[in-house]
Amino acid sequence: MSHIGSYEERIKNFSWSISEKELGYKDGDDLNIGWYCSDRICEMGKADKLALIWEGLGGVEKKYTFDDVRINSNKIGSFLQSLGIKNEDRVCLFMDKIPELYIGFLGVLKIGAIAQPLFSAFGEESLHVRLDNAETTAILTQRKHVGKVRKIIEKSPYLKHIIIVDHDGKKPLKERELTFDMETYKEPEDFKIFPTKAESSSVLHYTSGTTGQPKGVKHVHYSLISQYLTTKWVLDLQEDDIYWCTADPGWVTGTSYGIIGPWSMGVTQCVLDTGFSASSWYNFIRKHKITMWYSAPTAIRSLMKAGDDVIKEYDLSSLRHLASVGEPLNAEAVIWSGKVFGHEFLDTYWQTETGSMMLTNFPDMKIKPGSMGKPFPGITAAIVDSKTFEPITDTGKIGLIGFKPGWPAMMRTYWNNEETYKTKFKNGWYLPGDRSTIDKDGYFWFVGRDDDVINTGGHLVSPFEVESALLEHEAIAESAVVAKPDEVNMEVVKAFVTLNPGYEIDDMLELNIMNFIRKKLSPLAMPQEIEYIDSLPKTRSGKIMRRLLHAKEWGEDIGDTSGLDDDE
Amino acid sequence: MEEMKDVVLEYVIEEYLEDEDEELTYDTPLISGGIVDSFSMVSLKRFLEAKYKISIPDEKASPEAFDSVNKIVELVKEFVG
Repeated sequence: MSHIGSYEERIKNFSWSISEKELGYKDGDDLNIGWYCSDRICEMGKADKLALIWEGLGGVEKKYTFDDVRINSNKIGSFLQSLGIKNEDRVCLFMDKIPELYIGFLGVLKIGAIAQPLFSAFGEESLHVRLDNAETTAILTQRKHVGKVRKIIEKSPYLKHIIIVDHDGKKPLKERELTFDMETYKEPEDFKIFPTKAESSSVLHYTSGTTGQPKGVKHVHYSLISQYLTTKWVLDLQEDDIYWCTADPGWVTGTSYGIIGPWSMGVTQCVLDTGFSASSWYNFIRKHKITMWYSAPTAIRSLMKAGDDVIKEYDLSSLRHLASVGEPLNAEAVIWSGKVFGHEFLDTYWQTETGSMMLTNFPDMKIKPGSMGKPFPGITAAIVDSKTFEPITDTGKIGLIGFKPGWPAMMRTYWNNEETYKTKFKNGWYLPGDRSTIDKDGYFWFVGRDDDVINTGGHLVSPFEVESALLEHEAIAESAVVAKPDEVNMEVVKAFVTLNPGYEIDDMLELNIMNFIRKKLSPLAMPQEIEYIDSLPKTRSGKIMRRLLHAKEWGEDIGDTSGLDDDE
Repeated sequence: MEEMKDVVLEYVIEEYLEDEDEELTYDTPLISGGIVDSFSMVSLKRFLEAKYKISIPDEKASPEAFDSVNKIVELVKEFVG
């Protein structure tokens, strides 16, 4: 029997107090996610239960019980406090998926500081923009990534401490750098968890928009209430489950459901910190007898591409429940997973700003492959008209997805950008920026983004950010960036550029531009294709018409071009 | 052959290796080892095509085929005239 039981019954009798009661939280109590995910679980008698089974390159394993997580997160918190870091200070976690990232996240929260996880593949410019916006005080990182931090240190005066968690002593430390060894650091005797409240800041995740710099999405400790219950009812984690969330905690899925969800339930989770290959993933499931697997459409499609034969080499019979997030999960992938794993991946829809699942398919619910499912109990969702922002009642009609604000994990603001935050609300609806339809049975069907943001492999890339970075390349005079359809990643970045005089098109120039963006921003932002054109289509006021280029890539109708300079 | 191995190894070290202390050999796992991610693999493929004047079909450019310098060289040899 699944935790949710009857969806219809849950809808009728729903209140977020269900989650509060299960967590033992009452209005006005202290609420610290770090405590809920470690100390509380130990107090419930699960101190010796495994919290984390981590596997790195070459099959190297590390295991941590909930008591280990409690002690080590206290160590990290204590160490940060010894540096003078206090509540509300921003502490960046810039690491691969190593244990220090997962446990450090709780350590930061335990002292009331704000955890700012960033994807470790970010290049120095992406890193700098995000640290600069948050005026981050300290960064926890690894030896292999410290080089990127060193490149921006001169222009980051607020960054007082660069903490290397795996320093081997072979090379001298540089300005503002210090080391922390989680294993050998002495356990603090009188560590006190900071008494954060429901509305105290917890996590700052950065997300990209069409224009402007990335926005820091601010969450609060009360988000736990949503994250706990959605984990329980959608991921359906049971006491003896072995859970694997493949997301990187540099992104919101990796914290909401890769740390907070499972650990607030006291469930054992596994982490694989190596690159992707179908055989290594299947072997990981086999070896650790994974029962619940939360992954992403890009990974699922990559596994489909690897073929069915490789699956036969591994015993995957431990799997009992699968779910997906990051981008729409196509019907073929849902059907395929049912065929080869005996369980269909259930699609879940939410985003950085919502902090927890909003539309989902539930265990025991009839699945319509390709649909995002139905609203989580307590979530009021609708399709609203893009001009009037009134709900559309006709089934099958395309509109914007809208949610009535008020669920616990909703972002509280964009960091230092309240103005943009306010623009996300229209006529009493929060608009995540996606278009959808709803069918007669109340299932939501994704149609597309309502803006130019590129969703590649489940990660949002701002065309503006890539265009700006391209202009810093000496060969490029003008640039426009759009999404291009991709079989595996749904979308990839495509750049249209005009060249400065003296530069000629050749393969090496293209490669040079690609690598320039990869290192400056990230591999996700790197154009997978560059097209050279004589001039970019512009409006009479000189604004680049991305819409035309996008339509060309997707084979869509170009629409009204009467505002174009070059229109004939 | 040895020369191609060294060219590819040097390129991977120069472009993708973040940890200066990490030693890379011809057999070091690149994709499964997390040194080159699936997005960056596109630029590595582009390098090989430009350098050796070849075209590697997408279906041949799998994570497994790009998982070490030795495997990459084997793949490139299939297309070099």
